[in-house]
Amino acid sequence: MAGLHKSEVTNPVLNWIDQRLPIVTMLQKEYGVFPTPRNFNYFWNFGALAMVTLMGMIVTGIFLAMNYQPNANLAFDSVQHIMRDVEYGWLIRYVHQNGASMFFIVTYIHIYRGLYYGSYKAPRELLWILGVVILLLMMATAFMGYVLPWGQMSYWGATVITNLFSAFPVVGKYIVTLLWGGFSVDQPTLNRFFALHYLLPFVLVGVIFLHIAALHIVGSNNPLGIDPKGPQDTLPFHPYYTVKDSVGICVFLMVWAAFVFFAPNFLGDPNNFIEANPLQTPADIVPEWYFLPYYAILRSVPNKLLGVCLMFGSLLVLLVLPWLDTSRVRSCRFRPTYKWLLWLWVLSFIVLGVCGAHKPEGVWVVLSRLATLYYFAHFLVITPILGKLERPLPLPESITQAVTGRPLENH
Amino acid sequence: MADSSASTAHGHPADGNKRDTLELIAGAGAAIFAGSIGWALVGSMNPSKDVLALSSVDVDLKPILPGQGITVMWQGKPIFIRHRTAAEIAEARNVKPSELNDVQLDKARVKPGHDQWIVLVGICTHLGCIPLGNKTTDMRGEYNGWFCPCHGSQYDTSGRIRKGPAPTNLPVPPYAFESDTRIKIG
Repeated sequence: MAGLHKSEVTNPVLNWIDQRLPIVTMLQKEYGVFPTPRNFNYFWNFGALAMVTLMGMIVTGIFLAMNYQPNANLAFDSVQHIMRDVEYGWLIRYVHQNGASMFFIVTYIHIYRGLYYGSYKAPRELLWILGVVILLLMMATAFMGYVLPWGQMSYWGATVITNLFSAFPVVGKYIVTLLWGGFSVDQPTLNRFFALHYLLPFVLVGVIFLHIAALHIVGSNNPLGIDPKGPQDTLPFHPYYTVKDSVGICVFLMVWAAFVFFAPNFLGDPNNFIEANPLQTPADIVPEWYFLPYYAILRSVPNKLLGVCLMFGSLLVLLVLPWLDTSRVRSCRFRPTYKWLLWLWVLSFIVLGVCGAHKPEGVWVVLSRLATLYYFAHFLVITPILGKLERPLPLPESITQAVTGRPLENH
Repeated sequence: MADSSASTAHGHPADGNKRDTLELIAGAGAAIFAGSIGWALVGSMNPSKDVLALSSVDVDLKPILPGQGITVMWQGKPIFIRHRTAAEIAEARNVKPSELNDVQLDKARVKPGHDQWIVLVGICTHLGCIPLGNKTTDMRGEYNGWFCPCHGSQYDTSGRIRKGPAPTNLPVPPYAFESDTRIKIG
């Protein structure tokens, strides 16, 4: 078994390396000739967009860490120092700050793509589960990153979110003390959040590697949700999808830049321009926009433990979705009823987001309860039952036949 | 190519036992090592000695007039100290236990002979916001005690939860009267 890898690379230097570490062969196989369904639409850009965002966040984050002080007395001022004194500090910070929002926008669309086209169904269950793990890690990273500027909303957001764990009986308050490293959110909390905020993106890189490795075993889904039947149904990843992804990346970077240069604080909260004050709660604690739907679920229930369980449950339910969906048809293009109910689910998610931004009073309580009810009913009741009752539209014979209108050629 | 004497030596039962023993020792060693280093690492996340050392604070009650309240810091947490009026004490005492979510008598929440002083950890038991109501100008809610602006929990003049999502009463920290006008918290 020992010996050199038989490399087909012609460049002598690359060939020498490839014989000893077949990295060129691997790239050629996984990103060069990798057979990819020929009918992707632009929804299939969002995985690549998320990857680009993560890289941008890691690079800007490393440079921010060179000037940031994870100390409760210095943190707020050090962020102002980055904004005012450090050369291009404002740019790096605004790219990072808005990058968090961009990361969630593309990830939410990426997840919605998976839901609409049934990408979570067999044989891609594990791929989907790894994706949910990535979402959870992203949320933890984003939450801890938001604490670092040590503004009022940083501090009180951290207080409210860490206190969620106190809802668990018996062990709850010990978990909270352990998270804080004290008896309130304070210096030890800020220090460890900084350490973890620096660590978790690299854990994310690891899980994303597994996510992509699993993708390259089972292959990509496509808008029709049917398997490619042969080479006529696929294209090599390069140049077809490297180019299509590049177009998407250009447009995406323009959107990101538009926020950075024209509305850098549009998605932020003005309270975070005030330094953290442990003795004064802001009139209204609101998380960043990407957490609002979950915050609304938490507040829709008058019982603390139940609220916390529903909030975590709203994410964990995604883990078992591959087994809740009883329909064997993947793509919503061929599911006339489910398609509209999935849109209704998207509506419930958006309504929850709007409710999360308002005080839990009057109509907002009613709306958030209705939306929470539908959020869960969609996954736990409608998806299992409708899969059995719904009559799907006839599936095309093959991808080629569907996209060219010609019958399947013989191969 | 392994020669025949080596392969019989590998197949010898005594040698097999030896390998099992080595595996068990190595496995147990790894488990003990991982467990002990894990214990130390998790332990390092608990409050350190300097945090624990800031554990008591003395407060002079003389300047607080009836109806007023002050906030002091203890272990990084706000402590509410309120000088209750006779009406506020009566309000806290005339509640039927069946009306309380977290049943506790007002008598059990104050020190004997110091009914007018209520001392509370000023952190909403829902999700940790600081309730309003310690200043006379603050909103005090329907029960004239404290009102949490975050999610609308309302506490009475004894700091007991009466309405809203908070599960328990505002806790009473450990404290003692050193004289009639001086307390030590912690």
